[in-house]
Order: sequence, then structure tokens, then C-alpha cells
Amino acid sequence: MAKTTTKSAAKAAPKTKTVTPVSERKSSGHLDRRQATIRLLGKTDDVLIIGGIAGAKDDAMGAAGGDVAHCYALGGAMGAACAMGLGLALAQPTRRVFVVTGEGELLMNSGTLATIGVLNPPNLSIVVLDNEYYGETGYQPSHTARGVDLVKIAEGSGIKATRMVTKESELDDAARMLRQSNGTSFVVAKVAPTDPERVPHSRDGNWQRQRFVRTVAAWKK
Amino acid sequence: MAKKPAGSKVAPARTAKRASAAEDWPNTVYRLLREGGVTQFAYVPDAGHSVCISRSLADPDVQSVALTTEEEGVALVCGAHLGGAKAVLLMQSSGVGNTINLLSLAEFGRFPFLTLVSMRGEFGEGNPWQYAMGQAVTKVLEAMGVQVLRAEKPEEVEEVLRAAMTMTWQSGMRVAVLLTQRLLGAKVFAPAT
Repeated sequence: MAKTTTKSAAKAAPKTKTVTPVSERKSSGHLDRRQATIRLLGKTDDVLIIGGIAGAKDDAMGAAGGDVAHCYALGGAMGAACAMGLGLALAQPTRRVFVVTGEGELLMNSGTLATIGVLNPPNLSIVVLDNEYYGETGYQPSHTARGVDLVKIAEGSGIKATRMVTKESELDDAARMLRQSNGTSFVVAKVAPTDPERVPHSRDGNWQRQRFVRTVAAWKK
Repeated sequence: MAKKPAGSKVAPARTAKRASAAEDWPNTVYRLLREGGVTQFAYVPDAGHSVCISRSLADPDVQSVALTTEEEGVALVCGAHLGGAKAVLLMQSSGVGNTINLLSLAEFGRFPFLTLVSMRGEFGEGNPWQYAMGQAVTKVLEAMGVQVLRAEKPEEVEEVLRAAMTMTWQSGMRVAVLLTQRLLGAKVFAPAT
């Protein structure tokens, strides 16, 4: 008897949406996130890449040609991407280091931009894929949907080479700046709030680490 | 006697094999870290690490990285390792609390990770706000897979740090050296009125 009551109560309860459907996501971003990443990073054979938590790491790997040794794909430790890129860039001053991260992860540790700004390593290039949503947790609007401007935060943190990219026609120029700036460069790409295409990859952080370290050491020779 | 090339500079801190009688433990710490190959010093400014911080700033062969929060330091140390460099995180006990989730990266990725923690909230602490985090430091670090060593006296700093460096870079462990309040001397506050 009690069982029946519980069942019918569950039926009557309003359904909770756990993921905002694509049709209901409103973002100022229209760029295709994968295509934008591919064009911003360009040729990736000889660069080092940190892929930020959630969709950003898939786009980073997508731009790098898959689960490659020189792209470390983060699946946790939210907020780590930019500082990890900084440590890597300081350790490898003759190599280009790309950080590909989402605006949600960057917002968790926007102070890192100040840490980077005062050192300003010229081989560090940060690409923020800003869809104005926390996609991984069900597409709740992020702060950038509500007036927060990450380019201004980066500029205020002392990073001089910055760009906000909203149109495809602006991608090539931003890509050039990411490669040629004489200080750290920072690009926010306003991308559409679509689900990133997943890239099959190892989720063993230790294995990824060892593969990355071995590869970079071999490149040096 | 071998001639020194003209204009060469002697770097006593790096060429000395053992601590001289005059070397105090904070300078010993810096010398050992440099001899061990550390080239990135990351920190949130702190009195307990002032010698290491100022020496790293003055050393042209290292990167001195002022952080806005200690969690950046965990990620930075891991990133440096990916690039083949050794880094150390210098923080105060209160900063340990800021690192917790980022230690997932170090632990899950089995990154060699060394941190030196200047302690508050223990022996002789006069600011009651420091106790909650200070007393939780060891438990929190151990819960995240970090091995914890303590240095209580100036004469044991070298031995403890050498052990920690071996554990970190030879065994690939995550290690914290607590520079205890007994070692550092408790901060003096004016008595409450």
C-alpha cells in the first residue's frame, strides 16, 4: 500500500530539468567552438597544449588532431588550466604553449590572470571558449551572460595582447596575435552554446603526464 | 692552482657543499632547493618564507612567481613538471586550505609535488583565528595524499628537507614540509586589552 502511494507521488511531482535544452540556451556567441579552436590554434605539431576541464579539453584535442602526447587534457581540478600553462611556459620558454579553457573555469581562478600578467611570458597563449553557460553541469548561465567581460579582466591584470572574437572574419587576426605577440596573449571567443563533440581519450592523468613529459624531453633533442 | 677566468663570479651559495656554521636555516633551505634543481619558486607573500622569496627574486637563474592564491601554485608546479622543470610551492598553513581540490591534479596525475608550509595556529599562536586551519593542515594534506614531514628545530631543517626532496623527485611523491611555529617563532602580538 505504502509502495503504491510513493509511486503515485513520484509521478505527480513536477519534472526537474537537469539540462537546459539547446533551443532555450541564449548566448551572444555564434561561433562554432571546434572550428574556432582549430583556426585560433593553427598548426599544432610543435606546440604544447593544456586543455581545460569539460568541453574545452575536447576542443583542444580536436584542434590538436586527437588524443596526442603534447596535449594534457584536464578532467577535474577546475581552475587549474591557466596556472598549469604558466608553469609549462616558464619551463619551456622556447616553445609555444596554448591553454584552451572555458569561461567557467577561468572565472573560478581569474586571479591567475594577474599572476600571469606580472610575468607576461611571450610564449603563453590563452584561448577562452566563452559560451556564456556552465555546460557540463546542465547549461546554467555563467557570469559572462550577465555582463562580466573577461577581456577587460585580462587587460586589468596587465595582459596587453587581448582580443574578443565574435565573428569568423576576426579569427585569423586573433590567431596571428596569439602567435606573434611579444607578451602573453589572451583571446575570448564567443562560441555558440552547443555540446562539444567529444574526443575519445585516455582519462588516466598519470599516463597522460608520463607520455607528455617523455615527448617534450624527446623534442628538445 | 687553477686560474679563474677573468670576470667570473663566485656564487658561494651554490658552490658550497655543506652549510657553513654561519648559514642560518632559511638560507640552507634556498641552497638545498637550488642544488636540487628547483627553478620555479611559487608563493603567496609570507614572512616565514621571506628569505626564499627574496633570494628567488634576486636569482637570475630562477622564476619567482607571486600567486594570488595557493591553488594556482599546485597547478603551476604540475605544469612545470610537464615541461621538465622542478618547482616548489611556498605557502602559509592558512593557504593549505585553498589548495585542496587542486591537489586532485597532483594526486590523480601522480605529479612529483613539493610544498613548504610555514605554520600558524599551533605552538605559541596569539591569533585565535589561525587555529582552525593550522590544526587541520596535516589532516587535510594527508586526506589528499600528501606526505607530511615536520621540522621543529633549526638543526633538523636540512635533514628533513633532503628527505622530502628525495621523496618528491626520486620517488615521485607529493610531500609537504611543515616549518613549524616552534622553528619560526610565534608572531608577537600586543597583549589583548
